Amino acid sequence: MNKFEYAPAPESAALVDIKSQYGLFMNGKFIAAKAGKTFTTINPATEEVLAKIAYAELADVNLAVTSARNAFTKVWSKMPPAERGKYLFRIARILQERSREFAVLETLDNGKPIRETRDTDIPLAAAHFFYHAGWADKLSYAGHGANPKPYGVAAQIIPWNFPMLMLAWKIAPALATGNTVVLKPAETTPLTALLFAEVCQQAGLPAGVVNIITGDGATGSHLVNHPDVDKVAFTGSTGVGKAIAKAIAGTKKSATLELGGKGANIVFEDAAIDEAVEGIVNGIFFNQGHVCCAGSRLLIQENVQDEVLEKLKNRMNLIRIGNPMDKNTDLGAINSAAQLSRIKDLADSGDIEGAMRWSPNCTLPSSGFWYAPTIFTGVSQSHRIAREEIFGPVLSVLTFRTPQEAIDKANNTPYGLSAGVWSDKGSRILWTAKRLRAGVIWANTFNKFDPASPFGGYKESGWGREGGRHGLSGYLKGQY
Amino acid sequence: MNSTLLTDNSEASLKKFLKTLAPVDAVGASARVEMLATRSIKTSSKNWAIDLAIRMVDLTTLEGADTPGKVKALCAKGVYPDPTDLSIPSVGAICVYNDMVKIAREALDNGGGKNIPVAAVTTAFPSGRASMEVKIQDTKDAIANGASEIDMVIDRGAFLAGNLGLVFDEIKAIKEICGKDVHLKVILETGELVTLDNVRKASYLAMLAGGDFIKTSTGKIAPAATAPVVYVMLEAVRDFYKLTGVRIGVKPAGGIRNTKDAMKQLVLVNEIAGPEWLDPSLFRIGASALLNDLLMQRMKMRDGYYASPNYVTLD
Repeated sequence: MNKFEYAPAPESAALVDIKSQYGLFMNGKFIAAKAGKTFTTINPATEEVLAKIAYAELADVNLAVTSARNAFTKVWSKMPPAERGKYLFRIARILQERSREFAVLETLDNGKPIRETRDTDIPLAAAHFFYHAGWADKLSYAGHGANPKPYGVAAQIIPWNFPMLMLAWKIAPALATGNTVVLKPAETTPLTALLFAEVCQQAGLPAGVVNIITGDGATGSHLVNHPDVDKVAFTGSTGVGKAIAKAIAGTKKSATLELGGKGANIVFEDAAIDEAVEGIVNGIFFNQGHVCCAGSRLLIQENVQDEVLEKLKNRMNLIRIGNPMDKNTDLGAINSAAQLSRIKDLADSGDIEGAMRWSPNCTLPSSGFWYAPTIFTGVSQSHRIAREEIFGPVLSVLTFRTPQEAIDKANNTPYGLSAGVWSDKGSRILWTAKRLRAGVIWANTFNKFDPASPFGGYKESGWGREGGRHGLSGYLKGQY
Repeated sequence: MNSTLLTDNSEASLKKFLKTLAPVDAVGASARVEMLATRSIKTSSKNWAIDLAIRMVDLTTLEGADTPGKVKALCAKGVYPDPTDLSIPSVGAICVYNDMVKIAREALDNGGGKNIPVAAVTTAFPSGRASMEVKIQDTKDAIANGASEIDMVIDRGAFLAGNLGLVFDEIKAIKEICGKDVHLKVILETGELVTLDNVRKASYLAMLAGGDFIKTSTGKIAPAATAPVVYVMLEAVRDFYKLTGVRIGVKPAGGIRNTKDAMKQLVLVNEIAGPEWLDPSLFRIGASALLNDLLMQRMKMRDGYYASPNYVTLD
């Protein structure tokens, strides 16, 4: 060895016990789907089948909602708030205790690197339960009136990009505010939600307070349209979000929607360039770019474009792609064949429309779903890759000449979830942030999350906020 | 030297050039080094990195209580770190005070370490608070006694007062005394410069003035070689190479006590400056306690279990 090659340092898959088959979790127990239909979930890094999963149809959804309703009326709504808090604290502690198991399972089922599940997803998920556990008996002081009430049964549908973290974002505030839950994880990543169901059993959570049903879009549609659901919370694509909004229009149901994004990451000439490059890499290649708030549009001030791009390319040469279970892997597998083909399709449109593609020299594994980290330069506002959410490791680079032009370009999108500002000048950061139409704006950093900080979108990026005091309002009928 | 492309050595041009440097964001710098600290170095790469780290150690004793006996013992240890295993490489250099240079040189020459350089700390180390005449004489003495590497300190007072020309001229004068054959390491004492922006400026100042190495600390001030500081210095040598085609070395010193710390340093070198810097000619680690921990880890890799500390020699 004459170079510093990092020898493989894989985490052990044996840390988690994956069953060959999983049922639906309702009324505190795992049961088979009524019609007995199943589907499989695979490891996207190897295409190996991990487990057979029960497929919930209308009859199963009805049972799950009934289970949640019963738990709400008979147990959860009558329980003193401090007792609810105790359950949440208990769940949070169990998540920390079993964090390694969760991290391994998430990586196997999702394809994201173990470093991310270990250092980001699972610790943040536990933090969300801790944070909301503290709110359970303090809701009178949350700014939603003296005696805010829960809605009742919350139908929650979560995506595949952060399965466990999105589960925490949904379930923790719902339970803290006194709602009961029917949650449907994404069909490609159901395993950590099912392990979470075991955690609910371990914590002694009363039966029916949390119900986990597995299936596809049809299952989700049955859930959203169920007449006894009071509240819908959805994270996923803007297309599905719109369909949900239509479906619940005219009903008593309220909704929180966290949808797509096309975040602008704005680098001014006076930025700390090396750290900005880190932020750009983190903004688009974190989690293979499967991030709704990804900084997928890079806006560089034209006079520092060459320097930034040279450093960015050098940095991209260091990205380690491969086995997600290896502790040194930076970029893991694309979650599914369908998503891979969507990324390919959109990236190819970049070639066709005349943008310049660049990727580092890297060998992609032969099995599984992979896409090399890619940047497109010479992108203009009218290109599809500048307008549509790619949801993959593909960055579109645009330039601007003046701060106002940066704002105009950044806001020229139907989305408005996130944005980043890179400048060493405080006044410029504030000037820019004030004018950006996005729910979260990071200054000199990117993709930072905290349970105390509300998250959500402008425009087609969503309705409502999750996290923080603001996020509670999505699960409370306030008295104002 | 090519760096004359960047300045004409006047204070005005120096300040103008240093103003062109991008700022450092301390939060981002910490985030980057924290991420790199999670790199998991195992099996064959750990073996390789331990031996490389041993070759990079500037085995150091810089105490008022240093005696000829102590220095000779250190030299013996530097040549054959573990007398029971001669496959272990010798250290990068022996680093001592001015008056111990001759003793160290003789001890190395007589003990099989002819190729190991002696590094001397000079210029009124560690404070640097002396007249230029004294600093020059200090350096000349050390070289005359056999030092082939000089670890000088910059005048931090002058740097903080904005007298960058003075700092520059001092480094330049000492480099002239060193000439081509004696390697000059310029100690920035980053614990006294405090901000990462200052570290970046001082790094460029030292490189422009002709330093062959930039070194974090004297070891007498805490904090010493923190990861963000080393990160900024490694970026500086990488970018300076782009500008001038000259590769400058980096030497963190102070606070690197165990193998894990050393591995983290090597990962920084690999991923920030680049693999070209993974060589004792371009990266050294100033340390004393580190060597024994490297030896113990090496034994553990070889034997599969941790030995008692009594299986490595004290000095």
